[in-house]
Amino acid sequence: MTEARRPPLHDAHRALGARFVEFAGWAMPLSYAGVVEEHLAVRRCCGLFDVSHMGEIELRGPTAGALCQRLTVNDVSRLRIGDAQYTILCNPEGGVLDDLIVSRLGRERFLLVVNAANTAADVAWIREHAGRDVEVVDRSAELGLLALQGPEAEFVLRPLTGAALAGMRPFTVLQTAVAGQDVVLSRTGYTGEDGFEILADAALLPVLWQALLEAVRRRGGLPAGLGARDTLRLEAGLPLCGTDMDESTTPLEAGLGWVVKLHKDDFVGRAALVAQEAAGVGRRLVGIELDEPGVPRHGHAVCRDGEPIGTVTSGIRSPTLGTYIGLAYVAAASAVPGTPVTVAIRDRRLPARVVARPFYRRVRQEG
Amino acid sequence: MRVPEELRYTKDHEWLRMEGGEGVVGITDFAQDALGDVVFVELPAVGSALTRGQAFGVVESNKSVSDLFAPLGGRVVAVNAALRDEPELVNKDPYGAGWMIRLAVAAGESAGTLLDAAAYRAHVEAEQAK
Repeated sequence: MTEARRPPLHDAHRALGARFVEFAGWAMPLSYAGVVEEHLAVRRCCGLFDVSHMGEIELRGPTAGALCQRLTVNDVSRLRIGDAQYTILCNPEGGVLDDLIVSRLGRERFLLVVNAANTAADVAWIREHAGRDVEVVDRSAELGLLALQGPEAEFVLRPLTGAALAGMRPFTVLQTAVAGQDVVLSRTGYTGEDGFEILADAALLPVLWQALLEAVRRRGGLPAGLGARDTLRLEAGLPLCGTDMDESTTPLEAGLGWVVKLHKDDFVGRAALVAQEAAGVGRRLVGIELDEPGVPRHGHAVCRDGEPIGTVTSGIRSPTLGTYIGLAYVAAASAVPGTPVTVAIRDRRLPARVVARPFYRRVRQEG
Repeated sequence: MRVPEELRYTKDHEWLRMEGGEGVVGITDFAQDALGDVVFVELPAVGSALTRGQAFGVVESNKSVSDLFAPLGGRVVAVNAALRDEPELVNKDPYGAGWMIRLAVAAGESAGTLLDAAAYRAHVEAEQAK
């Protein structure tokens, strides 16, 4: 077992009394004050996350856009400079290799933010498909990533940047300065709240973290760890790659059909996904909510009328709802919200229902 | 880390408080802190017979599932029903409202065989030093 990699902010996390967790080979903060407290801070106010374990891959060159279009399921041709989109890398069978956010930084420059566990495989996969005029650069080691999330995020950031935040739409990207440091700022996140992600040279991260954390605390927010990130994303119904989907599942099964643009130019996995769409998806990733206390876990069986119909992929006690929720693949016929099911947890069979995703939807602030 | 002097402890981080012939069992302050936010506690049926060291339930955080072990043998005479809706009591008050089971201690079992507060403290420090 090799020693876990430490993010540039390791010492800052230690000074804050963080509890650490090893994730994809990185020693990352699991929590500081406590998962539930941090979770609720993000829902009510804001939280600051270090997500520097995420991978960053840059594609540069005349056919960088075409490469992206060929490897991802969403339509990259829609992206103007400064736009970002959620998308998926599929294998030829339509299985999910990774999910990511692609940002168009320039006419011939695209940045992919990918999952830590998949970064090396993604880089290899992209290089395998890249022509000679596309440079594929793994920038994961030189860049760090912070996520500022919550309804107060814009107010926290405002005094630290000259960027026009109020006019910044979700899934847009800006090269600007925050706390005097050059960053790539995007209005994105993984919590179901409004928020920003701040990408910067790893050497700048301590200054950025300090400035943002002070601003977050002044507003009543907290530093937040991967524990809260997981419960927040699950409430928001966002699947976690490697847990809720992988090479053996397709985006259509995972409920990400809205991301897959079958009618754009050909892309890796398209034929398989067209065939699956035509034949009908056999199983779907659905939300489940238990009627009694019990934590559904990855691998627990889901039954209907005593017959197995699926498997849990994630589960938690929802800090916002107070109930026990999860994601599970179930037979398409049982994917309708309201369907009564049971979840087998150890020697118990707990009654549950299929429910609509997301479990939690933020109230959008108007004006 | 609070380690009340009047309690007895196991190396698995349960505590036991003797009240007459009965023992109240929970997990220590150190254990609840290490687990983080407790989101579910599974407890045995009242009337269950437990042998010393037997797993009698589980305590779960959103990240982990841990077994609970009986400090002494005996019969379960009560369980803390409040934990069903408020598992966070284990974090808030591990030695009080967060108690888990009450045992009618079996004949021949003695709390004196468990760790006292000083020995438990030393055990935790040794574990942390690893």
